[in-house]
Amino acid sequence: MPLVMGMSMLLACQMLGELVTIGLSLPVPGPVIGMVILLGGLLLYGKVPEGLRHTGEGLLRYLTLLFVPAGVGLMVHGALIGADWLAIVLTLIASTALTIAVTAWVFDWLQRRWGVSGSEDGDR
Amino acid sequence: MNVVPLDTLWVYLAASPLLSLLATLVAFALAVRLNRLLGGTPLLHPVTLAIAILIGWLWLIDMDYPRYFEGAQFIHFLLGPATVALAIPLYDHRERVRRLLWPLLIACVAGIVTAVASTLGMALLLGAGQETLVSLAPRSVTSPIAMGIAEQIGGIPSLAAGLVLLTGSIGCALGPGIFRLLRITDPAVMGFSMGLAAHGFGTAHCFARLGTVAGALAGLAMGLTGLLTAFILPLVIQLLGMN
Repeated sequence: MPLVMGMSMLLACQMLGELVTIGLSLPVPGPVIGMVILLGGLLLYGKVPEGLRHTGEGLLRYLTLLFVPAGVGLMVHGALIGADWLAIVLTLIASTALTIAVTAWVFDWLQRRWGVSGSEDGDR
Repeated sequence: MNVVPLDTLWVYLAASPLLSLLATLVAFALAVRLNRLLGGTPLLHPVTLAIAILIGWLWLIDMDYPRYFEGAQFIHFLLGPATVALAIPLYDHRERVRRLLWPLLIACVAGIVTAVASTLGMALLLGAGQETLVSLAPRSVTSPIAMGIAEQIGGIPSLAAGLVLLTGSIGCALGPGIFRLLRITDPAVMGFSMGLAAHGFGTAHCFARLGTVAGALAGLAMGLTGLLTAFILPLVIQLLGMN
């Protein structure tokens, strides 16, 4: 039963998230709101139910696999990408590298400046 | 792993979701093996490999994408609950997130501004078309959010989704080298920058390679970037008069 309970909790949060997104016509997808809802619930409850942890961590372990079906959709955009492919590829590579570098550098610098070591995750 | 007897049951198989479902799992397992054989190089990420294998396979058996997706949608569907499940590692590391709240927020805004500005700047310089340009803008955001943004600012949602996936695999390939260059070893910093620049791909990569701290922060960065970009980007596009 723990798997059933865990999956039910995840799907319930996702459904609530979808309802909020549609109800308030937010530009954010339902699952992201669902994640915020679940986080709020866990903070209130004070711990992660065993079934939820089991199911959730199982899903996250195979997160990469879940992107494959959407990725295969690239084949549909072959013609669109073909027209501007050099500009697209160069832009993606340069800009992604720059984004990773700037984010890492800023975060690293701020973390040092804030004087937080970043180690040990105690409970509240 | 069993090989499906294609020759006799072909008519039945081509119409059933089973074949695409199985093909996806087999291609992924094969890609993971292949990547491990190549020494686990991030240049050929298992996801990128699996996608390439599947596109080749679909081309070989002459199946179109909507038909394939009928079967593969069962895997695709799990992305929703998996996104919700990102709350679990975030909860586990809540203390660290609270202590780092301001650095996280500032780094996030810096990252988004870099991503959008460098993308639009380079694409303009290289003479990309207007539609491509606007579809490129939200590329570092997780694909469901990016599609919404692209639609709002006049891009092509499906192209945006494709570019998001390309960005993800490029991010996973470049990330480790950049961290080595900048001498960054803190999994929190690596996770956060990967999640910001390479969304779900980066997050999955972090969970698989760098552990749960990096994964949790990558998930946080992905969510935060998606939320903030959804609000910032339409304003930037309006300011630049691009729509």
